[in-house]
Amino acid sequence: MTSETRSALSIVRLRRPRLSRKLLLLAPPVLAGALAPLFAAYPLRIFDLVLIYAMLGMGLNIVIGYAGLLDLGFVAFYAIGAYTYALLASGQFGIHLPFLVVLPVGGALAGFAGVLLGIPVLRLRGDYLAMVTLGFGEIVRILLNNLDVLTNGPQGVTRIDPPALFGVSLVSPLHFAYLLLVMATLVFAIVWRLETSALGLAWAAVREDQDAARGCGIDATRAKLFAFGTSATIGGLAGVVFAAMQLFVSPESFTFWESLVVVLVIVVGGLGNLFGVILGAALMMIVPELLRAYEDYRLLLYGLALVIVILLRPEGLLPRRYGPGWLFARLGAR
Amino acid sequence: MTGFLVQQLVNALTVGAIYALIALGYTMVYGVLRLINFAHSELFTTGAFVGAALYVVLGAAGSPGLAVLVGLVTFFIVGLLGVATEAVAYRPLRRGSRLAPMLSALGVAIVIQNTVMLVAGKRPLRFPAFLPGGPFDMLGAVVTLKQVAVLVVAVLLMIALELLVNRTALGVRVRAVSESIPTAALVGIDPNRTISVIFLIGPGLGAVAGILYASYYGVATFTMGFVVGLKAFTAAILGGIGSIPGAMLGGFLLGLLETFGTGLLPILSGGTIGTEYRDVFAFAALVLVLTFRPAGLLGEQVGEEAMVYKRDF
Repeated sequence: MTSETRSALSIVRLRRPRLSRKLLLLAPPVLAGALAPLFAAYPLRIFDLVLIYAMLGMGLNIVIGYAGLLDLGFVAFYAIGAYTYALLASGQFGIHLPFLVVLPVGGALAGFAGVLLGIPVLRLRGDYLAMVTLGFGEIVRILLNNLDVLTNGPQGVTRIDPPALFGVSLVSPLHFAYLLLVMATLVFAIVWRLETSALGLAWAAVREDQDAARGCGIDATRAKLFAFGTSATIGGLAGVVFAAMQLFVSPESFTFWESLVVVLVIVVGGLGNLFGVILGAALMMIVPELLRAYEDYRLLLYGLALVIVILLRPEGLLPRRYGPGWLFARLGAR
Repeated sequence: MTGFLVQQLVNALTVGAIYALIALGYTMVYGVLRLINFAHSELFTTGAFVGAALYVVLGAAGSPGLAVLVGLVTFFIVGLLGVATEAVAYRPLRRGSRLAPMLSALGVAIVIQNTVMLVAGKRPLRFPAFLPGGPFDMLGAVVTLKQVAVLVVAVLLMIALELLVNRTALGVRVRAVSESIPTAALVGIDPNRTISVIFLIGPGLGAVAGILYASYYGVATFTMGFVVGLKAFTAAILGGIGSIPGAMLGGFLLGLLETFGTGLLPILSGGTIGTEYRDVFAFAALVLVLTFRPAGLLGEQVGEEAMVYKRDF
């Protein structure tokens, strides 16, 4: 590590807020958890979806927002996680592993797939990478659709075990709201730590100028590979919870459209900004629900809204600079 | 055996010609703006539906002259739609990050697809008999007149484009702008007007491809653009994106790969792997080509240093 890098790191460390301030971040999830029982099942189910997409968004944000690589096949990792739970905890093969065992397995498998995909493709230029990841996502979906022996094909896997945590069976949307709140908070904390870590700096350097980053002794390919692996792992974890929540998985849930929704979550909310990702997830899940009354016009309005948002705020609703770091700086000034 | 080979070859060339026509639109836009125009596949669909509507309105059944006229009018209607798309949704974003116009393109794609759905309905449309049908025997294979017509129209359009780009003043401007917008502007070329021309020609060709595709298969659905568009983009990359001859080559090549690949898969694997893997084939080819020859077959060979993008997203 060069002395410049070290001094750059020390600046980042200085900016890191104290623990008491960090605990402030716990306020929103705790508040949400306290208010959750007041809501009916339907809004809670949407809330669960918002959290799942927030997790997916935070995962993909590592690749797109931090490392600057466009990944259009993110749904593949989500699918790997979901199918891991579906196959290891259902009547499909008669294997009934507990949720807490499958969760790390699903994350690890997805992360492994991410690294495996990353090794050959990370040499590619931006748009090519986008197309290859898109192709990868489609290949995974087509395989899920056709490997009938393993995945039961288009019918999908049914009779998935309802997950249980410490003897409590998770069945209602409220239970999942709590599980997801804990997981999303953890993911938020980890991703935010990563953003300000040495690895996060390497990602930023590679994103801004790969040549210059290489010149500083950063192994760009390794940094990208880490980004791919981490983000895929988070996608896999979200997939496991998704399967446990729906108790049914089929290839239909993992189309290219799903990858796009996650990209839109980050871009509408604010690329590279964790707060933006959460805002984006909330908007992308809630707005279509509000438009449900218009049924046929729903997607049309959605598309129009997307174009208008991008035209008016190309950097997203919450641009990169207004992230957690900015918030803590403001809090510290008072 | 010859019959089988000729049959597959004709099928492959027919599909390949359609891919090539669509790929041209992707590659021309990409060459100038470095933008994956997601709306292109939906303009392809729109072309098929506009063509069908005009065909019925003008009562073109049985009149080849009117069918050609319908094709031309569709070319311009969809082309103008492409121009409008660029002016409204891409031009204001040209200076910012490269992700923004791409997502804007996605939004436009969603809007166009759903507009087609609302106007034409969700059910598949039985496409009018645009092209002459009629099977005939060729070297033991059954070839339809339709396939020949698709090939002839597509090849004629490609020759026309090749002439336009290489032999006319307009073509010089198009090539100059795709080389470098600022430099082209310095020598007195209006980049915006030239980009508009590109957005007229690309989607126009895509629209004609839509008519060819729908009349070849006999149906049109509002969702048909997605997969075809994806494959056409694959074709554009195979040939080397930004390169017009590359897109043509890539289209035909993808048609061959796909048809022969899926034709041979069940034979080679003894029936365990069937035609449902056709799409895997196309994407696997894409992954392989990009891994071993990232610039495509006819793309400019550039070193890794030059390919590293700065501040794309």
